[in-house]
Amino acid sequence: MSDISARMEPLTPLGTKTPKIDVFGPVTLSEVVDCALASFSARLGQQDAARNVLMRFCGSALPGPGQAVLGTVTVFWTGPEQWMVMAPHDTHEDLAEQLKALAAEAASTTEQNDAWCRFDLKGPNLADVFERLCPINIRASSGGEATRTSIDHLGCFVIVGARDAITVLGPRSAAGSLHHALVTAIRSAI
Amino acid sequence: MIIEHPLLGPRDASEFTYMGDAALIHRPDWTATTAVQDFADYGYLRDNPAGRHRELWFHEGGDRSWLVVTRDTTTHAITSVELARDVARREGRSR
Amino acid sequence: MTQSNRLDGGLINRDRPINFTFDDIPYQGFKGDTLASALLANNVRLMGRSFKYHRPRGPLTASSEEPNAIVELRDGARKEPNTRATTAELFEGLTAKSQNRWPSLAFDMMAINDRFSSFLAAGFYYKTFMWPAAFWEKLYEPIIRRAAGLGSAALEPDPDSYDKGFLHCDFLITGAGPTGLMAALTAGRAGAQVILADEDSLVGGRLNCETITVNDQAGSDWVRAVQAELADMPNVRIMTRTTVIGAFDHGIYGALERVSDHLPVPANGKPRQILWRIYSKRSLLAAGAIERPIAFEQNDRPGIMLASALRAYANRWAATPAQQIAIFTNNDDGYRSAADLQAKGVSVAAVIDTRPDAQTSAEWEVLAGATIVNTSGRRGLTGIQVKLADGSVRHIKCGAVGVSGGWNPNVHLASHQRGRPEWHAEIAAFGPGQNLPQGMSVAGAAAGHLSTYGALKSGVEGATAVLADLGKAATAPELPQAEDAPVKITPFWHVAGAKRAWLDQQNDVTAKDVKLAHQENFVSVEHLKRYTTLGMATDQGKTSNMGGLAIMSELAGKPIPQVGTTIFRPPYTPTAIGAFAGRSRDADFRPVRKTPSHTWAEEQNAVFVEVGMWLRAQWFPRTGETHWRQSVDREVLQTRKSVGICDVTTLGKIDVQGADAATFLNKIYCNPFAKVPVGKVRYGLMLREDGIAMDDGTAARLAEDHFVVTTTTANAVGVYRHMEFVRQCLFPDLDVQLISTTEAWAQYSVAGPNARALLKKVVDPEHDISNEAFPYMACGEVSVGQVRSRLFRISFSGEMAYEIAVPTRYGDALIRRLVEAGKEFDAVVYGTEALGVMRIEKGHAAGNELNGTTSALNLGMGRMVNKKKDSIGSTLSKRDGMNGPDALKLVGLKPVDPSKPVPAGAHLMTKGSPVDAAHDQGYVTSACYSPNLGHHIALAFLRSGDSRLGEVIRLVSPLTGQDHDVEVVSAHFIDPEGDRLRV
Repeated sequence: MSDISARMEPLTPLGTKTPKIDVFGPVTLSEVVDCALASFSARLGQQDAARNVLMRFCGSALPGPGQAVLGTVTVFWTGPEQWMVMAPHDTHEDLAEQLKALAAEAASTTEQNDAWCRFDLKGPNLADVFERLCPINIRASSGGEATRTSIDHLGCFVIVGARDAITVLGPRSAAGSLHHALVTAIRSAI
Repeated sequence: MIIEHPLLGPRDASEFTYMGDAALIHRPDWTATTAVQDFADYGYLRDNPAGRHRELWFHEGGDRSWLVVTRDTTTHAITSVELARDVARREGRSR
Repeated sequence: MTQSNRLDGGLINRDRPINFTFDDIPYQGFKGDTLASALLANNVRLMGRSFKYHRPRGPLTASSEEPNAIVELRDGARKEPNTRATTAELFEGLTAKSQNRWPSLAFDMMAINDRFSSFLAAGFYYKTFMWPAAFWEKLYEPIIRRAAGLGSAALEPDPDSYDKGFLHCDFLITGAGPTGLMAALTAGRAGAQVILADEDSLVGGRLNCETITVNDQAGSDWVRAVQAELADMPNVRIMTRTTVIGAFDHGIYGALERVSDHLPVPANGKPRQILWRIYSKRSLLAAGAIERPIAFEQNDRPGIMLASALRAYANRWAATPAQQIAIFTNNDDGYRSAADLQAKGVSVAAVIDTRPDAQTSAEWEVLAGATIVNTSGRRGLTGIQVKLADGSVRHIKCGAVGVSGGWNPNVHLASHQRGRPEWHAEIAAFGPGQNLPQGMSVAGAAAGHLSTYGALKSGVEGATAVLADLGKAATAPELPQAEDAPVKITPFWHVAGAKRAWLDQQNDVTAKDVKLAHQENFVSVEHLKRYTTLGMATDQGKTSNMGGLAIMSELAGKPIPQVGTTIFRPPYTPTAIGAFAGRSRDADFRPVRKTPSHTWAEEQNAVFVEVGMWLRAQWFPRTGETHWRQSVDREVLQTRKSVGICDVTTLGKIDVQGADAATFLNKIYCNPFAKVPVGKVRYGLMLREDGIAMDDGTAARLAEDHFVVTTTTANAVGVYRHMEFVRQCLFPDLDVQLISTTEAWAQYSVAGPNARALLKKVVDPEHDISNEAFPYMACGEVSVGQVRSRLFRISFSGEMAYEIAVPTRYGDALIRRLVEAGKEFDAVVYGTEALGVMRIEKGHAAGNELNGTTSALNLGMGRMVNKKKDSIGSTLSKRDGMNGPDALKLVGLKPVDPSKPVPAGAHLMTKGSPVDAAHDQGYVTSACYSPNLGHHIALAFLRSGDSRLGEVIRLVSPLTGQDHDVEVVSAHFIDPEGDRLRV
């Protein structure tokens, strides 16, 4: 019988031990679980202090509406004075706490690690796939865009790293439905 | 319809949910002696114009901002879009 | 197998012969044929029977405005009724059947209707089938039902898939004829993002069907050259087989792309069709013009078609309906068909020109000032009777007539937003009006420029103006040379005195029906349409509206523009429902949300229930249990006896932070929240502004400036929206931030006398969860297996209970750990049914009680509405009407006879009073069998219920025939003092 005092083992959003990878010719669809997420919202009257904290954390100017700053730490805009921070789960599982420690009273942070599932698409002609999925003007996106949109009735973030590298964040509980929608669109368009 | 979000630019109206007349921002003073009547008017009376209408939309599928949109209800022409928070503050709402 | 009516040339590929069948007869055609052109080439003119009178019909047109040649295409699961043969592309093995006839197309018994035409005129159903009343249901309706409808649908599920898609462009051009092509060239060269869409499989529009030359090249050759240049431009997207079906607000268009309709089956993984939503900054309607006929006696015989269709069949499809034809025209354009057909070796018997001043010709006989006054050949035209200018009548033998009454600019899309077209007297037709959809302009024949040169020029001018709007500089391409013939037309709409002159051929509406409508005072164009059904068929009257209007104008003595037009509506052509559904069908109808314990629950063979998009375990049957009550009763009993575990992840969770977090909660909950201590949870009741209960839940204070708020599963989205409204619009200067965290945490309720003992085995030992350290309504951060966890001591069941949360990725591990640890206590995992039974036993209100009509007072929580502070709903809660003397109050009910149920929805009556709405005392909201009490119980709203405990009242459910006594009791059946909670 399992040791009920040992550390608990995680499952992927699709419900398995290892993340799923699908290959469709030149296009790869990868489930990514090494991903920690935290919301960062400036508190009233503390916008400058909050922004400074976040800028130091991610090492660059903050993205404006519709934009993302990409790197090991990725930051994208989610609302007025509000951003989502994404970093590797292995090193930043307590991301929300880390940010809160830095921000203190200047900002509110909320753990979102497991609110989302993440799928990365890599390959050519990804715009053909995304124009079957959501209303984003994907052909006008070449890197650094992050948009909240709807894919098959699911509220998702689409983050364009480059024309051939696009990340989708969707509600974790609907990972199966989102994965199915992505696979169907890839098969249909490519 | 397309709603020009002040921060995000043009977005499909399907990303939003509609609430109604922006007059809902002006919640009455609960301490007034006429408070019950004021709240009843606030809750139940609407102008419902055929024409220019100032109304509240929630960007549920986007940045979760409430917006005040001025729209002609007969032609759907939208002439102004502002963050509701800015409108609320400007029109006297605070704590 | 010989195609006896095949001609030379055309754009068909004779290297690719295609075999197909029509009404089970095999034929051959070629790649590039439509079903209609291939049938005509095989000397088949009869393709259908009309809707009402079952008259034999052939194609009137060569395009999508076709009213007659509608067939059942394919068979089996892909069978498609009402498909226009004129646009169905031929593919190998295509099968088609004619419709609306029995037993066959050639011999249709229902044609007997035609003999009773005087009884079946317009509006006949308003005047018949009235008497006797009983006959309606038994006789008339069944007969009408069998006779009604056109075609039959497949009864198997559609095996094909349909996609939805989203496109963005600077400039959408609808129509890729000469106008659209020049516009695309102009805009494409200027670097604009262009979408050029055409419903046809080829670009080129009329140039594919005419012998008109452009720059001395064959029109279709010039088209291919332009197409090649456009195809090379990365900023131009050419979409053929794509119909722009509707013009919507703000430059949004719907377009239906027929990806695989022309193939026997779609390629693997590919959709049959795609419904595109196109966002455009500007659009140009270059949809051309549609020819209109002239109405005359018996003008609907197979072989009688529009003159432009006759020459389209000859020029593009190398087919002719007959070897001897005649032309009937009121304008110069009709002569093109005489020239083109004769050039292909078809004999032109005569050109019958209504204009008395028509010129004679050396090529063919011209009968000036003449009209057709009758035709013959029931299943296919054999001849016509022509009344000459001098009054004499001549018989002309022919198998086809090309009719030209002029051209109508195709303004449908321009009018989809109520814009009315305007009359252009010089072309005797309606053109686009003033109120165009936002961003749209019109060019080419659609704007009334009916010559080829006019169309080319208009395309360039239209695009140049659009580019200026878009702020792009344009170098206009050189205009090619092409014919620029002026429109020479003398309006002539119908031959007077005809008894059966057809206007709307699909709905069988004649000129006489318009007269009848006028006679009965249905003179407004909207009434004319609906009374006669003119223009209401699948072709939306594209070839018939004008004729009807013109005749009404004569009868009413009003000029045509004053009679006006009806509105055009999307879709431009019929669109499959599958395309609107897209991928959202069957199992994919909507997303499925799974709880963290889903996999484990599936392993247990749990029975699942849909709660919104969530799948929740309803109960967990064990081996030997055959009825759900066995499982549910067991789960309830064992939880109250020992310990039960339930996945409650689906309830909404909202993170509320900020210096003013407590102040904010004080505004949205009617009960006080300002002084909730850190480390404590408080139940909160949320009202609507009108004082009606909206949602309830808990708020756990994890820190001075940090709460976790819960909502019911069903209201999670609505409550969040409401909270943001309060935050942004009502109190914008409160320092509070909201984040939805429903998905982020897996949460399980652990309830029962052994709940703590179980949890002690699972929660890391450094955390003290004893009753002293962690009393009822405490909350805090703990850890499980060194993973951060949140613990809340709250109870929905009424037992001593906790809810334990971990980040969702550990949710599966946690349920397994809880089950393993629970073995020593015979722990059960329970589902939503047992959850429901226990909360009813405890008397907790839930969705059934918060039904949108009940207030805090009704729920027995009247005193929770704090009067010393402002909160949403507190003021209107004070209204007299909400606080009347006989208000509904939440109570419990138990049956006097313990074997009886207490069904939800039943109504309550005082014993001895009449059973009617006026004496209604209330209703039952939630009901269940209580295994703890051994009988059914319920929660209900009863007038003044709180002062009627012990009273025996009458429960009635007239719909289900139930009527028995129940006793009013406290809603808290189990542990009313709440002792178990605090253990």
